[in-house]
Amino acid sequence: MDIIVENLTKLYGTQRAVDDISFRVNTGEVLGFLGPNGAGKTTTMKAITTYLLPNEGNISVGQFTLRDHAEEIRKHIGYLPENIPLYQEMPVIDYLKYVAELQGIEKTKIRKRILEMVRLCGLEGEKHKNIGELSKGYKQRVGLAQALIHDPDVLILDEPTAGLDPNQIVEIRELIKKIGKEKTVILSSHILAEVEATCDRILIINKGKIVADGTAEELRKRAHGKEILKVKIEDGDTNTVFKALQTLEHVETVDFFKHEDHTFEIQSKQGQSSRRAVFNLCVSKGWVLTGMSSVETKLEDIFRELTMN
Amino acid sequence: MKQIWTIAKRELGSFFDSLMAYIMMVAFLGFSGFFTWIFGTDIFFIKQASLQSFFGIAYWTLFFFIPAITMRLFAEENKSGTIELLLTRPVTDWQVIAGKFMATLILILIALGLTLPYYITVATLGPVDHGSVITGYFGLILISCAYISIGLFASSFSNNQIVAYLLALIIGIFFHIIFDLLASSLSGILGEIINFLSISQHFESVSRGVIDTRDLIFFLSIIFIGLILTEMNLLKRRIA
Repeated sequence: MDIIVENLTKLYGTQRAVDDISFRVNTGEVLGFLGPNGAGKTTTMKAITTYLLPNEGNISVGQFTLRDHAEEIRKHIGYLPENIPLYQEMPVIDYLKYVAELQGIEKTKIRKRILEMVRLCGLEGEKHKNIGELSKGYKQRVGLAQALIHDPDVLILDEPTAGLDPNQIVEIRELIKKIGKEKTVILSSHILAEVEATCDRILIINKGKIVADGTAEELRKRAHGKEILKVKIEDGDTNTVFKALQTLEHVETVDFFKHEDHTFEIQSKQGQSSRRAVFNLCVSKGWVLTGMSSVETKLEDIFRELTMN
Repeated sequence: MKQIWTIAKRELGSFFDSLMAYIMMVAFLGFSGFFTWIFGTDIFFIKQASLQSFFGIAYWTLFFFIPAITMRLFAEENKSGTIELLLTRPVTDWQVIAGKFMATLILILIALGLTLPYYITVATLGPVDHGSVITGYFGLILISCAYISIGLFASSFSNNQIVAYLLALIIGIFFHIIFDLLASSLSGILGEIINFLSISQHFESVSRGVIDTRDLIFFLSIIFIGLILTEMNLLKRRIA
């Protein structure tokens, strides 16, 4: 099911938590929602899950619109809220049964579905424990199990890997990727590596507005058109080399690389490359060029660039 | 209906798991038994085979105990955030409210059911007016529903259970006794209106065996208004 968000605006008092944003998520797509704290990620997700009513704009999930068919939307959405609010005093199995009944799963299928979820989310050993006794990681798994139990077409996950250990993070990411092949998934995170690893598309939101939308690759290209090289030049005096590099025609800035001797970071002017010039310089001066590689802009830098000020 | 029952079942399970149900029943039976059989204007004191003294005590014990049961129903979900998952399931706000209402009512019915031995004992002691016993129980169920409704509203208002309890008591005490006291010192149309708002007036006439439509309308209005206000509180959360 596709999710279409049109001109969504949500006010808290006079503050615009979400300000006129529109986007679309297609079936089989995993969308990563990025943004600093308080940017409006959670608010947008809550609006899609029908928990919050937007002040303006509309949301449709498949053929159902928020204003007319909220009930239908709820049947098709699996939702994992930020702090995994679960009934602490209930055993895992009982909780899953309760959720299955509320979601309207047929009685004869409930048992089978619960066992499937327990297996999928790795809850075998914990299924008879009270939820309150579980560690954060296991609570998160129960949260995922309750979101997936009715086999929803749309999955909304608010920071699904917060508080998990590295092994669990990898497992959950794999799970999300697997699920994301057939379903529509929106997940939010502020761990950029995570979004890059799991999502097909990234949406960066800041102060209630969308500031970037595209694949990780596209975002990188858009953020910088300039070539950045990491170059290692030996057999020359570091300062001499530094000055010589600065005089090259296409070079805009040269920096020393921290913690590595004889290594420089060279940023070329817009749309130009200084690879050949660096090589020729080394040849003419008799220096030895022992390394040259291009530096990828990190998603962190793009993120900071887009969301600062 | 299935959804309502699913929610009610979970709430009931939670009452019993948290010992709340047992504590409340032991306390309810303890208090009402003590004052019905042993102390004060008990059955042996008034020397009549009647449950009037029990109804008089139950009238007060329910007033204090029901808010203690209802206080967590929404306040706890608000605080822990579980309300968010509940309200994003395919259920309406009304189904959620009805489920919680039903769970509390079932608990009260169990507690009242456990006082049936009082009735049987009294019936063996002398000739009992069966009609007034039945209407007496009916009256207790009506005031229970009214207080559950008020309690649900108070609970949906806050995410602090103590606040919810006190708020329910404060709202309740007006209907329970203050309107009655006020009415006795006021005269004219105002006195009559306030007299009509007093639960004790209506309960007295019902427990004496007279069920008037005016009494029914009164109780149903309190229940209805309480539930509507609860629903509005739930809706407010979506809008704000």
